[in-house]
Amino acid sequence: MSSVLIIARKEFRDDFRNRWTIAVAVLFAVLALSISYFGGAAAGKIGFTSFDATLASLTTLAAFVIPLIGLLIAYDMVVGEQDNGTLLLVLSYPISRVELVAGKFVGHCSALATATLAGFGAAVVIIQIMQPEARTPEAWLSMGNFVLSASMLGASFVALASVISVTTGDKARAAGLALVTWLAMVIIFDLCLLAILVFSGGKHWEQSVFPHLLYLNPIDVFRLINLTTLGSGSGNELFMGMTATHVYRPWVLYLVMLLWVVIPFELAQFLFRRKEV
Amino acid sequence: MTNAIDISSLGKQYKGVAALTGVSATVPMGKVVGLLGHNGAGKSTLIKLILGLIEPTSGHVEVLGESPWGSHAVSLRRRIGYMPESVSFYGNLTGSEVITYLARLKRAPRQQASKLLERVGLEYARDRRVSTYSKGMRQRLGLAQALLASPELVVLDEPTGGLDPQATRELYEIVAELRAGGHSVLVSSHVLAELEPHIDSALILRQGELLAAGSVGDLRRQSGLPGIVVVQLKEAADPASFARELGELGLAHELRHDGQFEIQIAEGGKLTLLHRLAADPVVDDIVVKEASLARLYDYLGAGTKRQEGENA
Repeated sequence: MSSVLIIARKEFRDDFRNRWTIAVAVLFAVLALSISYFGGAAAGKIGFTSFDATLASLTTLAAFVIPLIGLLIAYDMVVGEQDNGTLLLVLSYPISRVELVAGKFVGHCSALATATLAGFGAAVVIIQIMQPEARTPEAWLSMGNFVLSASMLGASFVALASVISVTTGDKARAAGLALVTWLAMVIIFDLCLLAILVFSGGKHWEQSVFPHLLYLNPIDVFRLINLTTLGSGSGNELFMGMTATHVYRPWVLYLVMLLWVVIPFELAQFLFRRKEV
Repeated sequence: MTNAIDISSLGKQYKGVAALTGVSATVPMGKVVGLLGHNGAGKSTLIKLILGLIEPTSGHVEVLGESPWGSHAVSLRRRIGYMPESVSFYGNLTGSEVITYLARLKRAPRQQASKLLERVGLEYARDRRVSTYSKGMRQRLGLAQALLASPELVVLDEPTGGLDPQATRELYEIVAELRAGGHSVLVSSHVLAELEPHIDSALILRQGELLAAGSVGDLRRQSGLPGIVVVQLKEAADPASFARELGELGLAHELRHDGQFEIQIAEGGKLTLLHRLAADPVVDDIVVKEASLARLYDYLGAGTKRQEGENA
């Protein structure tokens, strides 16, 4: 077995022992079921409602939770070993620095992807059993789309967390920086976009520039991937309204998402190679 | 290849501050060499350079005939074992999980992992989480992992910190076994006296420079450091007349707070003095202290300082 896989396997198991990833799986399963069951309560009916509406609600939820969990499980991947005194030890082993970071990255990403697939998959299976009309190829396609993009979103935040982990000197600072990153990406970025919208007052350049600004945040790319395939009327009218004038191609969105995984990962590798231990 | 480690005019600077300057030394194959110095003397920097964890600013270091720095050194690291100073490992794993993981990383045979746990006396705690281990148990685990894949060179950084005397003795037994098996060992410490009986030679670092190198006997001869004889007088004896006697013999001495005399004696005159003291009716007890490395270190350190003063 290659060194990358040995390290990845350890991190994968650690993540499930720490219960963060199990929490994500359970959270997704429970919320998927309750949203789809109680989601129609406002309209006066209880029971499994539209699959699309469930997916739209889950997209909103995942956009908050997955970045947080990605940062939480990975922020200490290097700085934590430094605190334990194991960083020097592991680097004295017959593995390269690249393999160490790559192994940890692969381990955390696969843990997060497994949790998403398990939690969401379980919920979808139950919905499909309870609601025969949801058994369409489109539903499976949307679900596959959701799990893939959610996993990539997770990978992107694991990569951002590795940048934090190789640049900070102690664990507490890394944890703080991870939380700041989460706040900035989840809340502040969207607030800034809204502010731009309000103050620009709908001028011409805004319509051409604004849709591209969304590429600057992997969370927005994730929302776009899922919501544009669902179309309007699925509970995300505000977000859809903001982007209605622009046509996003799925492959472009996935490409941008991939860049959001690869660039931070490569940056972390570059910084770790130059780090004095 | 006769040397496990070959260092020539090695230097390391951190952001312009010199941590190590112009160190040249060797660790021969199959020998146990002590690396000595106070905190900040450059021991850790030298060990990191030997392990290839940092790049030298100047000079060369060769370990087992290869340069430890750079990507090609990955295979070299399989032949080196390293026990870091105070490592807490992965608290959420059990002892046996930690050693199995590290054995996989080092491509060591799987049975060796559990054998090593037994050898360092951790067999009983193999299924307990490492976070519940005492400092001494972690040190034992650190030693066990350093022996994975039977490395030709073993580097032990402050291995006895936190160990009780029993465990310390067991550690040096393992060091002796390693030497008997033809392995080279570099062991760093600032508990100098403790290291003395177990090493073939010593490297003494001070403020990033190599102060002295050689066997303990050589160093003692080099320094011309006097031995110390401690004398306990009988209760009835008069310390003042004993002191006068010593003064007539031309021996430097000191009356300690507990009433014992500390007499400094040069290498050649020891036996004569001991005969004399043994025959003296007022003497109750005699203790001979060889120059320990701690005293050698102080002496050599002071010597260099004096020279610097003279030069300036």
